[in-house]
Amino acid sequence: MRSRIEKTFKKLQKHGKKAFIPYIMAGDPSLDATKEIVFLFEECRADIVELGVPFSDPLADGPTIQQAAERALQNGVTLRKVIALVEDLRKATQIPLILMTYFNPVMKYGVENFVRDAAHAGVDGVIIPDLPPDEAADFLNLTNPASLNVIFLLAPTSTDERIKKVARASRGFIYYVSITGITGGTLLLNSSFHTSISRIKHFTNKPVAVGFGVSAPEEAAEVAQLADGVIVGSAIIKKYRESPDRVKDYLTSLRQAIQ
Amino acid sequence: MPDKKGYFGIYGGRFVPETLMPALQELEAAFLDSKKDKDFRRELVHLQKTYIGRPTPLYYAKRLTEHLSGARIYLKREDLAHTGAHKINNAVGQVLLARKMGKKRVIAETGAGQHGVATATGAALVGLGCEIYMGSVDMQRQALNVFRMRLLGAKVTEVPTGSQTLKDAINEALRDWTTNVRTTHYILGTVYGPHPFPEMVREFQSVIGKESKKQMFSAEGKLPDYLIACVGGGSNAMGLFSEFLKDISIQMVGVEAGGKGIETGEHAARFAGGSFGVFQGCKTYLLQDDDGNVLGTHSVSAGLDYAAIGPEHPFLRDEGRVRYTYATDGEALAAFELLSHTEGIIPALESAHAVAEAIKIAPQLSKEKIILVNLSGRGDKDVQQVAQIKGIGL
Repeated sequence: MRSRIEKTFKKLQKHGKKAFIPYIMAGDPSLDATKEIVFLFEECRADIVELGVPFSDPLADGPTIQQAAERALQNGVTLRKVIALVEDLRKATQIPLILMTYFNPVMKYGVENFVRDAAHAGVDGVIIPDLPPDEAADFLNLTNPASLNVIFLLAPTSTDERIKKVARASRGFIYYVSITGITGGTLLLNSSFHTSISRIKHFTNKPVAVGFGVSAPEEAAEVAQLADGVIVGSAIIKKYRESPDRVKDYLTSLRQAIQ
Repeated sequence: MPDKKGYFGIYGGRFVPETLMPALQELEAAFLDSKKDKDFRRELVHLQKTYIGRPTPLYYAKRLTEHLSGARIYLKREDLAHTGAHKINNAVGQVLLARKMGKKRVIAETGAGQHGVATATGAALVGLGCEIYMGSVDMQRQALNVFRMRLLGAKVTEVPTGSQTLKDAINEALRDWTTNVRTTHYILGTVYGPHPFPEMVREFQSVIGKESKKQMFSAEGKLPDYLIACVGGGSNAMGLFSEFLKDISIQMVGVEAGGKGIETGEHAARFAGGSFGVFQGCKTYLLQDDDGNVLGTHSVSAGLDYAAIGPEHPFLRDEGRVRYTYATDGEALAAFELLSHTEGIIPALESAHAVAEAIKIAPQLSKEKIILVNLSGRGDKDVQQVAQIKGIGL
């Protein structure tokens, strides 16, 4: 049986289309607001939505997402509450939902409990940046890939050996970190970016979505030429903070760019 | 020794973003190679002797012993190493490794500033670019060390996020490393983080224990009965303990920062108040809330003010090999003054935590017993802060 994420990519591929995957930090500025943003994402024809889980020490994130996490934590948002939010969202939408969380909140929650509760609430996938496949054997053993996809990351520094390992372990899609750096960094769409994507494609048939540093619609369009999906996070949060009334236009322009 | 994946029992491992995984594999290979590389070893030993000033003395603290009228107390004088603390042992080892790997730049985190100073020193020694990350709170209480690092040619970057202390400096250093990993080596300052750091830093610090063992035999003709060391991340403790782990007659004590007392919640005693988790690259014990967010810590000593502990320590605790306890700010400050008065040695506030434990147990032991305290650093950097605590304007 295919997961909701796998079905989404299958359908897109059939029509020669690419996935638009917006990210938002859950609970910033409030869980109610997050709900509204998810509905807005859906209205703007996002294919998959990524929800950030706030953590005190987000070492893979740049300042924009760090500050969003701090605001969410100040609002008392926890992994438990984000799972409850998904359960609530599932009453109104069937859009695939992915949680991006660091590993310690999951460990504290209990890996077995997390896997069960997340799948039950309607979470389709989970991205844990500080859990490489080398350390994920126990986690994967507890996960049923038909109900919860564990998505692993690749980076510009990944060797062929690691590409094979990550590609084998990753379910739903492979998350390619477009820059050597943290979220919200400066994207450089040069020839080595192109080479990296084709190198990954050489080793796997699984969909590859690209994130970290994608901001302008023109960048998104170029990334979509090569990859199967485009993830935009920091730029959406920034737009939401600076000019909330223009978020919808921005999302629409991203959607138009990612075809 | 950890297993192949860097685990001490259930603790350790390599929990970092993918971008850093190849760099850790490269580092592990270079480290293993350096162990067999005769030229590397020769240069390290030469620098330990001519630059760091090793071996550091093992000193019999006669007047402190008489004052406490119990076990005989020896001090391993890491405070006499170049730059004033044991941190230099690791920094020199790692700058040589960085050069061997062809890196042009090193970065480091620092709490008390001692590791930052040691790294800046090592970088100057071999001619590498250097940037040090330090929390805003620590920059204020260790202003002298900030100036020292700048004198040594390092760029000191303030970290104003989170609790503005050591853990936030590590986050920022990891972010820098993730961004500049191709040209930069991250000199982690303690037996912490992803494999191979805990094993590698212990190896570079093990010179403390090796020397101590020899020196103890020539001073007393036997092994000590107790080893005491303070534990922040835990590198001076592992440097001392590792050489004696198989000598089962020796009791070992690791002293954490009790801050204002465990009941106040303002402390850095991971065993007294923490639980199992994964943080900044490894599985270990850390101070966290019910939702897995890392808690702020407090200690009068910036070098012990950290929410987690190196992964070999909980392993040694579970095995029953090392006992862990804590000293409060007040106890550490009292030890700081007592050692200054009785021996003419001003210890670092970190090391004063170890001295505080010796003060507690020595009077209960007979005069035949020997306690070896690792005096990991000197207290010059802390003088201003202690004056402030005592309400004395300088």
